[in-house]
Amino acid sequence: MTDQPILRLRGVNKSFGAVHVLDDVDFEAYAGKVTALVGDNGAGKSTLVKCIGGTYPIDSGSYEFDGSPVHVSGPRDAAALGVEIVYQDLALCENLDVVQNMFLGRERMRGVVLDEESMEIAASQTLTSLSVRTLKSVRQRVSSLSGGQRQTVAIAKAALWKSRVVILDEPTAALGVAQTAQVLDLVRRLADQGVAVILISHNMLDVLQVADRIAVLYLGRMAATVDRADVNQTQVVELITTGRSGDLGIQPATASAGVSI
Amino acid sequence: MSTNLEKPSGSTKPDAAAAHTTTADELSSAAVTVPTGADVGSYLRQYWQRIRGGDMGSLPAVAALVVLFLVFSVVENGFLSKANFASLITQAAPGILLAMGLVFVLLLGEIDLSAGTASGVGGAIVAVLLTKDWPWPLAVLAALVVGAVIGLGIGWMRTFLRVPSFVSTLALFLGLQGVVQIVVNSANTQGNLSLQSDTLVALENSNMPVWLGWVMAAVLVIGYAAQKLLAVAGRHKRGLPTEPSSITAAKVLGIAVLSFGFTFVLNLNRSPNAGGGTRIVERNGQLVTEKTGGEFLGGVPWVVPVILVLVVVLGFVLSRTRYGRHVYAVGGSDEAARRAGIRVNAVRISVFVICSTLAVVSGVVLASQTAVNAAQGGGNTLLLAVGAAVVGGTSLFGGKGKITDAVVGGAVVAVILNGMADLLHGKNNSAWQWIVTGLVLLLAATVDAMSRRRAGSTGLG
Repeated sequence: MTDQPILRLRGVNKSFGAVHVLDDVDFEAYAGKVTALVGDNGAGKSTLVKCIGGTYPIDSGSYEFDGSPVHVSGPRDAAALGVEIVYQDLALCENLDVVQNMFLGRERMRGVVLDEESMEIAASQTLTSLSVRTLKSVRQRVSSLSGGQRQTVAIAKAALWKSRVVILDEPTAALGVAQTAQVLDLVRRLADQGVAVILISHNMLDVLQVADRIAVLYLGRMAATVDRADVNQTQVVELITTGRSGDLGIQPATASAGVSI
Repeated sequence: MSTNLEKPSGSTKPDAAAAHTTTADELSSAAVTVPTGADVGSYLRQYWQRIRGGDMGSLPAVAALVVLFLVFSVVENGFLSKANFASLITQAAPGILLAMGLVFVLLLGEIDLSAGTASGVGGAIVAVLLTKDWPWPLAVLAALVVGAVIGLGIGWMRTFLRVPSFVSTLALFLGLQGVVQIVVNSANTQGNLSLQSDTLVALENSNMPVWLGWVMAAVLVIGYAAQKLLAVAGRHKRGLPTEPSSITAAKVLGIAVLSFGFTFVLNLNRSPNAGGGTRIVERNGQLVTEKTGGEFLGGVPWVVPVILVLVVVLGFVLSRTRYGRHVYAVGGSDEAARRAGIRVNAVRISVFVICSTLAVVSGVVLASQTAVNAAQGGGNTLLLAVGAAVVGGTSLFGGKGKITDAVVGGAVVAVILNGMADLLHGKNNSAWQWIVTGLVLLLAATVDAMSRRRAGSTGLG
C-alpha cells in the first residue's frame, strides 16, 4: 500500500469535558479501498466519524486530505472536500421518489424550473454504473422501497455526487441476508470506482467479507490497523474486546493504562 | 422553455456531452427500467397499484363529488338548476381559497387554526379602508401585508420559540376574533359593512362577458395541452420513457371537456325572466300591456379566474420549482431535509406566510359575497376549509397533497352544504348540514390515516 491516502488523521484528540473520547488516534482511508472501522460500543467510532464529517471539531492533531492539511470546522467543509456520510437512519424523504431524494438540496435547474429530465438521466446512470438491479423505477417513491433498496439509494446518492470519501454507518444493521449481500456488493463496487469507503459495522462477517483494511478502536485509542488478509475473525474479535491479539494491538503496559481511563 | 441544458457548475457536474451520447444505449441495457414507458395497460396497472397502496390523491373526493351530484339531482328539484350551479361556485370560492393556503401548511404536517379569523381580519380591514376612501388595490394590498405579518408571527413562534402551531394558532384564532370586532367597530356602523368597491363586489356577484368566458376556457385548455406536449417532447428527446400518448390525449381531452362544459353551462342564461315578460305602462293616457325583452343573466363568475390563476401559479410553485420540492421534503422528513442542506426554518415560516396571505384573499372574496360583520371568519369557516383540503386528498400528516385538492375538496364541502340546505326543512335543517359535513370530514381523515397505514404495511406509497 504505497499510495497516498486520500484522508489521513494524525494524533487526533477529542474530549467532552473530562471524558477523553479519542486519544491520539491515527486513521487513513485510501482510494479504492474499503476501510472497516470496528470497535465495541463506546470505543469512539461515532465520535471519530463525526470528527471526519466535521460535526465535531478536533481538539488537537492533524486532518490531511490528499496529502495537504485542511481545516474542517463544520459539515459543509467536509462536504466541500467530498466527504459524505450515510447515516444509519438514512435521511431519505419517504414521500419523494428516488431521483428527488438523490438530488435533494442540490437540484438541477433550468431557469426557475427543476430540470427533471437531466436529474433522472444522471440518477439512472449512477445506479447503472453501480449495477443496481433491485430498483424497478427511479420514479418510485422511497416509501415503497425495502430497507436494502433504501440503503442502495442512500449509497448511490453518495456516488452520484462523486464523493471522494464515503462513510457508511452500520449499512447492514437492519437488513436480511439477501439484502445484506446486495448492499455489501454495492459497497465493493463503490470502492472499485475509486472511492475511499469507510465502513462502520458490528457485524464481523460483513467486515471480513468486504473490507480491505480493518481499523480497530479500543477505548478511544487506535488498537491496530491491519490488512484484511493478515488477520482472521478471532484476532479481530480479540482486538475489539481486549485491544490486543498476540503481537497486534496495544501492548500490555499501555493497554492497562488505557483501561484506567 | 430553453432547450439548452443549464446545470450548476462545479466539480460534481458530470460530463454533459458524454451524458447525451451514452444515455440511450445505457438506458436500454440498464437494470433500472422504467415501466411507465410501456403501454396503456401497464400504465393503468401501475396506477391501480398505487391506489391500492393507499396513494389515492383526489380520487375519493372526485368520486364523492359525482355521487353527491347524482344524489342531490335526483332527490332535489332545484339542485341542478343553472342558477344553483352558478351559486355553488360562488359559495365554494372562499373555502377553496382558504383551503389552498392550508394545503401548504398541511404539507409540512402543521396546522393553522387561525386562518379563518385571519381571513376575517383581512375582509374587515379592506371593508373599513374602503369606507375611508382608499382605492381598492391599496386596501387589498394593506390587508395582504397584515396577513403576511400574521403568518410571519406564527412561523416565528413555531421555529424559534418552538410553540406547536396547533397551540399558537388556536390562541390567534381567539385573539383575531377580537381584532375583527375592533376593526369593524372602527367604521362606526351597526351590523353588516359591505365593500364599497364595485370591483371587489363584482368578484362574487357579477359574471364575465360570455365571450371572455370562452376565451378563458380556450386559454386554459391550450395552455394545459402545450405544457403536457412540451414535457413529453422534452423527455422523448432525452431518451426518457414517457406516459403513453393515449393517456396524455385522454388527460387533455378531459380538461377540455371540463373547461368547455363548465363555461357552456355558466354561459347559459340563468335569469328567472329569461323568456321576457309583460309590464303595464301608461301610454297616451292609457294603460297598455307591453311585452318586454328577456333579461340576460349568465357568464362565468369573476371569482373563477381568480381561483384559476392561483391554482396555476401555486401548482407551478409546488411541483416545478426548487422551493416546492423543498416544501415536500421538509414535510416528508425534516431531518433528511436539514441534512440535505435545506433551510428548514425558512421553509416552515414561508408556508405560514403563504397560508395567512391566502386567507386574506379568501376573506376579501367572502366579504364580497356576504359583506363584513363582527363575527367574520369565526366559527366554522376554518374547519370547513381544513375539511376541504383533507377531503381533497391532502394528508394531515404532512408530505402529501396538491393545490387542486383544495378545489376538489372545497367543491365537495360546498355541494354538501348547498344540497342539504334545500333538502331538509324544519328547524333542524342547519343542524343536519353540520352533522353531515362533520361526518364527511371524519371519513376523509379516516381514509387519510388508513391509507397511510396501508402504505406503511404494504410497502407501497
